[in-house]
Amino acid sequence: MAKKEVDDRFKKFGTVSFTAITKTNDFISYLEKGKVMGTKCKECGAIYFPPRSDCSKCFNSNMEWFEVTGTGRLLSFSELKYGPVGFEDDLPYTIALLDYDDYKVFGRISKDISYEDLDVGMELKTEFNTLPNGQLSYVFKSP
Amino acid sequence: MPRVAVVGVGISKFGRRKGVSLRELTFEAFKEALEDAQIKKDEIQSVITGCASDEFAMANQPGAQIQEYLGLNPKPHFRVEAACASGSMAVRAGWMTIQSGLADIVLVNGAEKMTEVSTPKATEIMGKFGDSTWEYPFGISFPGYYAMLASNYLATYKESGKTDLAKIAVKNHYYGTLNPKAHMQKIVTEEQALSGFIVAYPLRLHDCSLISDGAASIVMVSEKVAKRFDKPIWITGLGAGSETHAIGRRKSLTSLESACVAADQAYKMAGITPKDVDVAVVHDCFTIAELIAYEDLGFCKRGEAPILIRNKDTYLDGLIPVNVDGGLKAKGHPIGATGVAMTAEIVKQLRGECGERQVKGAKIGLSHNVGGSGQFTAVHIYEA
Repeated sequence: MAKKEVDDRFKKFGTVSFTAITKTNDFISYLEKGKVMGTKCKECGAIYFPPRSDCSKCFNSNMEWFEVTGTGRLLSFSELKYGPVGFEDDLPYTIALLDYDDYKVFGRISKDISYEDLDVGMELKTEFNTLPNGQLSYVFKSP
Repeated sequence: MPRVAVVGVGISKFGRRKGVSLRELTFEAFKEALEDAQIKKDEIQSVITGCASDEFAMANQPGAQIQEYLGLNPKPHFRVEAACASGSMAVRAGWMTIQSGLADIVLVNGAEKMTEVSTPKATEIMGKFGDSTWEYPFGISFPGYYAMLASNYLATYKESGKTDLAKIAVKNHYYGTLNPKAHMQKIVTEEQALSGFIVAYPLRLHDCSLISDGAASIVMVSEKVAKRFDKPIWITGLGAGSETHAIGRRKSLTSLESACVAADQAYKMAGITPKDVDVAVVHDCFTIAELIAYEDLGFCKRGEAPILIRNKDTYLDGLIPVNVDGGLKAKGHPIGATGVAMTAEIVKQLRGECGERQVKGAKIGLSHNVGGSGQFTAVHIYEA
């Protein structure tokens, strides 16, 4: 009999992932289709990014997916000159936080934008990308 | 409610303690605390150890190693983990153990041995204190989290600048030279601080605390037992708070909500206001963290922390001396030890035993210890 397959899609997320399994594994399948998704509680309307499978406001687990679209305001950023084990080939890279009003998205700034050209408050968009090591991620770009 | 006192404190030398293990470091602090309290080991009734990381210890149950090495079996013992606030949460647990009536004499240890691993490995371990599912895959580092707070702070308060961060490093390095237990005994000038290499923009080398080894121990007792001790220092206020794990769910990047609620609780419990504090130790894991702490603790208004440091108001002779032991910046930051060492420093200040770095006539002290990038904060208030 075939071994029961383990749904460990999440290990494909980011340069190095320490999580293999979550109830939000569909996030990865959406990424594969080029979509960055969050979740919304069908009961109380609470919006979550990163996505959650359970609502911490009303304790329901009846969630639906929504796509991160449009632009967010750059809240903060930092260019890292040193990184953890496994990120050596990526350095230096710029991490950042975008504010979409209803939620915020943490991630990296596209390599084609220098941190010196960044200003807190500027508009950026979130886009799916594939990393050089084949892993899936998303990145912030000029709109 | 009866009070709880600290009657003995000990701190190991902080630094790159090559050739000394975690348990041996703790033995140094423990022995000093026992001698300071002038009690016998067997009088201790219960033990709590703050230690943040099994990965740094390269073992599970690092607390059990320590308990055995101190010769304290079979007394009750457990470990407290709250990232970089593990030490202060252990002190809080010590207070609870006494107030519950379970014990009258409690030993609280804090310990961490961080220099056994390589710097990239240490960066990985610290980075994973953040959200390992959603943030770590982007390669966030611990300096990266505080750099994000710094970028936002500097953009929000236009009058603030990188020179204000440098001034924090200058102050704390200066006071580190007055503390024989400090990891770093070296003065740093503002020019040096502003030209150090970038670790995580806008934070440079001298904006970051050190990866250190160290341990601290304190003896806490109930009010009825405290009568037999010469100079008990009372813990009169405790506050604690928490913060979202993911930085993307924070209400603010210029303040730690966990610290604000912790401070509020502690001031109320002690029946004092920020103006009453004579000496404080705050969690300056990065220079920006000390600026934010001034505001979260109510030492100044929002956005005015830079003025405090420019006016040298947080120097020894200033309005509210902060981190005159060198802070985490120069004293070093062995994460599990930090909070217990903070309590030890304030106890010595309130006893008037700090020598060159003594705040004259200090009667009320405060410690502010932050875990992670704010996920756990403890504020304690002490009175002579």
